[in-house]
Amino acid sequence: MRVVIMGCGRLGSTLARELDHEGHDVTVIDIDAAAFNWLEDDFTGITMIGAGEDVEVQQAAGVPEADVFLALANGDNRNAMAVQVAKHIHRSPRVVARIYDPERADVYRQLGINVVNPTTILDQMVREAAFAIDEPDGAAG
Amino acid sequence: MYIILVGGGKVGRGAARDLIEMGHEVCVVERDGNTAWAINNELGEVALLGDGAEIHVQRAAGMNRADVVVACTGRDQANLAVAQTAQTRFNVAKVIARINDPRNEPIFQTLGFHYTISATTAIVNAIEQEVSAGLTRLTQMRSTAFVLAEHVIPSLAPCVGCTVRDLDLPPHTVLALIIRKDDEPEIPGPNTMIHAADVIVAVTQPEHESALRLALTGEH
Repeated sequence: MRVVIMGCGRLGSTLARELDHEGHDVTVIDIDAAAFNWLEDDFTGITMIGAGEDVEVQQAAGVPEADVFLALANGDNRNAMAVQVAKHIHRSPRVVARIYDPERADVYRQLGINVVNPTTILDQMVREAAFAIDEPDGAAG
Repeated sequence: MYIILVGGGKVGRGAARDLIEMGHEVCVVERDGNTAWAINNELGEVALLGDGAEIHVQRAAGMNRADVVVACTGRDQANLAVAQTAQTRFNVAKVIARINDPRNEPIFQTLGFHYTISATTAIVNAIEQEVSAGLTRLTQMRSTAFVLAEHVIPSLAPCVGCTVRDLDLPPHTVLALIIRKDDEPEIPGPNTMIHAADVIVAVTQPEHESALRLALTGEH
């Protein structure tokens, strides 16, 4: 599959490397060239410097031909705009945005965007780690 | 009316000044402390310090009772986020978005934000009008593909002395109004004669503007 990833931080670079090793065609976009240091030397995909929410940067990165567009940059606003540009301008068949703010995550879900919200996921995991695991009879709290 | 301006830069602060003058209730949401302080210093306690794209800040600003929300930061991704949450989450009746990079206009239009302000586009249009003789684009008509343009007929234009019927107008183009010096505005008919110095207001499509200019002024 052809995958375009916006944001080459911890998450973006990890996914890029994994998908690359699995044999997918991966392009990673980041506004900061230094971010590509997160990728190992054996990364065979394409790296592009630019703002991933920019309609022309997406065009150059091959979003119109890609099967998936993942917006994994740090800002909710940028990720939200980027996936909507990919979906509505470039007709990207599948887009996913990381949105940190749970309330905004709900807004974008309502607008038909696939959203991953790390805050609620971590909230749940921290609760489980803190209260559930050492309570075999389930008397959490 | 209660108007929330998100972004307290030159645009937001200038708009706040005018809207307060007009008697509206105004809140400016600004994330930079110094800027917010300067606004409060000039305009009274109207600034709310915070990131206006955050829903909890929007709630604190009273967005649920706002009549108008203007997203006027210098970042288009923030303006889009503000516009979308204002509309989806708070059902604000009128949402106006500033577009900084004209290349972002299509995404705002596609997502249904037709009340947009683009200073860059306005300046570029103004420069184009000064450079290209005879044509002034008055406005892009809301949610249609048409523009309203104004032409002043030069004295040596080939169409001077012709009737409207004789003009070689491009498709999808209508002459809407003729304004003559010392005369009443007139709706042109097929037999209306074109005179030098006539001001003609026409409706056309952006791609036909140059053909319209050629038909009316003889200039490319």
